[in-house]
Amino acid sequence: MKSLLPIATVVALIFAIWTVAVVPMNIHLTADMAARQDIAVTPDTPAARQEVGALSLAMRNPTIWEMTYSLDRPNLPSPHQVGAELYKSVFTVEPTSRRSLLYHAWVTLSATLLGFVIGAIAGILLAVGIVYNRTMDKAVMPWAITSQTIPILALAPMVIVMLGSIGIQGLLPKSIISAYLSFFPVVVGMVKGLRSPDQMQLDLLNTYSASGTQGFWKLRLPASMPYLFASLKIGISASLVGAIVGELPTGARAGFGARMLVGDQYGQPILTWAALFGAAITAALLVAVLSMIERRTLRRMGMGAA
Amino acid sequence: MTAPVISASSLDLTFQTNDGPVHALKDVNLDISKGDFVSFIGPSGCGKTTFLRCIAGLEAPTGGTISVNGMTPDEARRARAYGYVFQAAGLYPWRTIGGNIRLPLEIMGFSDAEKKQRVARVLDLVELTGFENKYPWQLSGGMQQRASIARALSFDADILLMDEPFGALDEIVRDHLNEQLLQLWARTEKTIGFVTHSIPEAVYLSTKIVVMSPRPGRITDVIESPLPKERPLDIRDSREFIEIAHRVREGLRAGHADG
Repeated sequence: MKSLLPIATVVALIFAIWTVAVVPMNIHLTADMAARQDIAVTPDTPAARQEVGALSLAMRNPTIWEMTYSLDRPNLPSPHQVGAELYKSVFTVEPTSRRSLLYHAWVTLSATLLGFVIGAIAGILLAVGIVYNRTMDKAVMPWAITSQTIPILALAPMVIVMLGSIGIQGLLPKSIISAYLSFFPVVVGMVKGLRSPDQMQLDLLNTYSASGTQGFWKLRLPASMPYLFASLKIGISASLVGAIVGELPTGARAGFGARMLVGDQYGQPILTWAALFGAAITAALLVAVLSMIERRTLRRMGMGAA
Repeated sequence: MTAPVISASSLDLTFQTNDGPVHALKDVNLDISKGDFVSFIGPSGCGKTTFLRCIAGLEAPTGGTISVNGMTPDEARRARAYGYVFQAAGLYPWRTIGGNIRLPLEIMGFSDAEKKQRVARVLDLVELTGFENKYPWQLSGGMQQRASIARALSFDADILLMDEPFGALDEIVRDHLNEQLLQLWARTEKTIGFVTHSIPEAVYLSTKIVVMSPRPGRITDVIESPLPKERPLDIRDSREFIEIAHRVREGLRAGHADG
C-alpha cells in the first residue's frame, strides 16, 4: 500500500491543525469556567475578556490550555473527545439501540443506497437517451444542469412535505433527494463515456454493418466503463449528502442528519461532530467499495493494468 | 479480361463545409481487377482516403458511379465484400487479441466453433499465434496493427482496404510488415486497396500505383508495375524499382505544379 503514507500524512496534518485550533476556539469558554473555579486568568472580568481576541487571550493564559480540551460543551471539540464519543456510540452500545451511531448510520445508509441505485439507473438511462436521441440531447441536458443549480436545502423540505402529504414517508423521500443529487454526475460521466469511441471505431463497426444495438453493447457501453465508475464515485458521496440533507429539515428521528440536529439543538457539539465523522467515514467506505469494484471490473476487462 | 472487382466512373464527391464546398474527388475513373494490389498515393487532401471510403460505402459520392463486385458499396458491405484496416489499429482495450478478432465474427453471427477456427487461422496468417489471450497493451505497435489486419481478414472478404495502415510505425517495422503483407497477399490472393504517402512503400507493394493530386482530388497517373510478384526487400535497389519510383515522384510533382 504505497498510497497509505501520503494519506496518513495528510490526515496527521489535519489532526495537528485541529488540535492546535482547539485552544483559541475554546479559550473564552474555558477562561470563564476557570474564573468561576477561582483560577486566575487575565484579564479577570468577563467583560474585559470579551474585548480580547482568542489568540491573545490564549497567549496570556497558557495555564488553562489543557482545560480547553475537556469542556463538556466546547465550541470545537478536541479530537480525543470526538474519538471517545465515536467509540462509545459505536462499540459500547447495542447496534439496535437509538444511542448507537451504527443504528443511525444504517438509517442514513439505507436511504443513501436506495437513492444511489435510483439515481445511477436514472443517470445511465438518461445518458443513453441523450446519446441516441437528438431531441433528448437538446432537451434533457439543460434541465439536468438547471436541476443542480437549485439549492438542495431549499428543495429538500418541499420534497419531504409534498411526498408526506400523499402518504409517502420514511425511506423513499430521503432516497429521492439522494437520487436527485446523484443522477447528475452519472449523466455527465456516462454521456462522455458513451461518446468516447472515436470516429474510426464507429466506422469500423460500420464496415461490419453492425446494428445500433450491437454498437451499444460491444463498443459504447464497454468504452464508457472507466467514465461510469468515476462518476459513480462522485454520485455515491452526493447521495449520502442528499440523505443527510433529507433528514435535517423535517426533524427526522434517526440518521446522521437527526443526530447532527440533536447535537445542535441540545448544545452537544461533540455529538454533532461524532455524527459528522461517522458520515465522513461512511462516505469514504462507500467510495472505497466502489473503487474496489472498479479495479476488479477494469482489470477483468483488461483495462486496469495499463 | 474478367469484369473488374471495383469500378469507378466519373466519380465526384463534394463535401459541404462551413468554409464552403470542398471538392474532394473529381471525375475519378478507375478499374481494379481481382487479385490486384493497388496503392493510392498523393499529398494530404488528394482524396486517396476519401476514395477508399467511397469503395467501403463510408462516404456517399455526389456524382458518378462506383461498383464493388458488381454491387453498390452499401450492398457490397452487407455482403461482407471487404475488410477495412484503419490508420490506427483501433483494437478494443477491453478485449484480448483473440476477442478483437472475434468482434466482426460475433457481429456477423458465426458459430462458436467457426469463430474459434477462424481466429486461429488468421492469427497464424499474421504470425501472432500464441498471442490470442494477450491484451492489446501487451503488444508492440506493429503487432497491434497485424492483429487489426487479422481482424479484417477473419470473415474472409475478398477485398482488403487499408488506409495508411503502417503510417504510424517506424521504418524498420514498416519494412518487415510490408514484406509480410506481400506474403499474405500471395497466399490469400485478395484484392488490396492500399493508401499511403510513402513512394517506396507504394512501389514495393503494388501491381498498380494510382497517383493522385489535391484541389480538386483527382487521379493524375496510373502506373502498372512491371516488377515481378516475388519481391525480396532488396528489389528496392533495382533499376526498375528506381524508375517507377521516379515516375511516381514526377506524377506527384506535376500534380502540385498545376494544382
